[in-house]
Amino acid sequence: MQTAGIQTSMKKLINTPETVVKDALEGMAAAHADLLRVHFDPDYVVRADAPIKGKVGIVSGGGSGHEPMHGGLVGRGMLDAACPGAVFTSPVPPQMLEATKAVDGGAGVLHIVKNYTGDVMNFEMAAELAAADGVEVASVVINDDVAVQDSLYTAGRRGVGTTVLAEKICGGAAEARLSLAEVKRVCEKVNGWGRSMGMALTSCTVPAKGSPTFDLGADEMEVGIGIHGEPGRRRMPLKPAAEIVELLAAPIIEDLPFQSGDQVLAFVNGMGGTPLIELYIVHKELARILQGRGVTIARQLIGNYITSLEMAGTSITLLKLDDELTRFWDAPVHTPALRWGV
Amino acid sequence: MTNVASNAAAIRASDLVAFLAALADRLKQERAYLTELDSPIGDADHGVNLDRGFSAVAAKLADMHDEDLGAILKMVGTTLVSTVGGAAGPLYGTAFLRAGGVLAGRTEAGFDEVVQAARAALEGILQRGKAQRGEKTMVDAIAPAVESLEAARGGPLALLDAARQAVAAAEQGMLATTPMLATKGRASYLGERSIGHQDPGATSAYIMASVALATAEQRSPGAAAKNLT
Repeated sequence: MQTAGIQTSMKKLINTPETVVKDALEGMAAAHADLLRVHFDPDYVVRADAPIKGKVGIVSGGGSGHEPMHGGLVGRGMLDAACPGAVFTSPVPPQMLEATKAVDGGAGVLHIVKNYTGDVMNFEMAAELAAADGVEVASVVINDDVAVQDSLYTAGRRGVGTTVLAEKICGGAAEARLSLAEVKRVCEKVNGWGRSMGMALTSCTVPAKGSPTFDLGADEMEVGIGIHGEPGRRRMPLKPAAEIVELLAAPIIEDLPFQSGDQVLAFVNGMGGTPLIELYIVHKELARILQGRGVTIARQLIGNYITSLEMAGTSITLLKLDDELTRFWDAPVHTPALRWGV
Repeated sequence: MTNVASNAAAIRASDLVAFLAALADRLKQERAYLTELDSPIGDADHGVNLDRGFSAVAAKLADMHDEDLGAILKMVGTTLVSTVGGAAGPLYGTAFLRAGGVLAGRTEAGFDEVVQAARAALEGILQRGKAQRGEKTMVDAIAPAVESLEAARGGPLALLDAARQAVAAAEQGMLATTPMLATKGRASYLGERSIGHQDPGATSAYIMASVALATAEQRSPGAAAKNLT
């Protein structure tokens, strides 16, 4: 095998680097047959009862390695289909095309795309192909990462934590039988009101590569990371959780800005290798900071939902809530990773 | 001025198939290198993705010997779009599809057709990637090569010699990405920290150009000397 030479430093619970995604998808199919089906070649995860007649279909996708996003978010009240690419690599147009056709119940399909050059281009090609096949497709690109300057000099802000919230809220909106244009409007509202930032304590290892994607000293942290093992914007000595959460929360709060009197959904996300006990410490510090600014946490989500393989670290997402977004967030959901109200 | 020499060397389906087979081999060898380049400024998948895509292309080459140039290039484009993923899939896929459009139905291509196909490929990449030169991307290697070919068209150089110049231009363009600040693609998230790293996309583009040249040189020994007369 070509890969034999580069596996020496990698310690993963896998069979071979080449079969990681397929093996995991087969596991999902076996575990969650009541909720979803997995289609291979092209690969996509689809609601067991799709298509739902008269309901807007919600399709997302992206590189694998962010589990449970996106496949674990397929089910009633959330995604109709998810298209997994290779680890940290965008899926390819035939996947999105077939998934889109599989979930089209006659009301059109919304693509929720994270703002990465590859994802955007592949979804764009798929949307062109789906339109040619007569399926009405709308797209929203999520770009909520305040660590990235949104300027002419970057590919724009990355799509991170807000994606999970958009998928849940748009899922709720679609279940309420809102039209494609309305679900798209709701998705744009979520993207407009959601802001995120993340940090890493460790790097992560892409199975096909076999070594960490960046090096981080034992006493260092990387602030402003994305979710693909790419380094962030600043490297600095490790600090106590209270200071780290300040570093993440301040740019998020100032960016929208979140103001005194706002109601927010606070999403404390683990990057895959950080235990819940630490995420609750992050939430405690975040709650303290928001209270100091007069911002009320009306809803919260704490756990590993948009991960970066085994990376240790966290990301914080704040989403400003109004009655509409709160209602669709609270609506019933039944997926492998999120379940309430059912 | 007539350019008999320019049209003397024509590319046929067997040449294109030989190039694609050699390219698949070479990208397998360069897989770790390209992925290494992609680690500090990208997401460490460029070599792996291209190897996957061109291995899929190579697997289809056996059926392609009797096809025209356009059909072969279209197969390459479609295969890359469906197997590579990332940004490289749509970009290189679109490039091969556009080149295939120019050469549709043609069993051989001379200097003019090669230049037209190369231009169409570049335009496809610029359009799909909403890119321009100087942003630290594959465009920085491809655009100088295409411009070099266009400048040589109608001149005294044979296609093979023009190709040597174009590959040299691609190499210079690739090397010039190192001091650039990335403003497109994932490397742009690093801001100033993208400076000092050679762009993996420009590198794979240069590799493609150099393999095309090597294949041409191998298949037409002495072609350059002959065309100088």
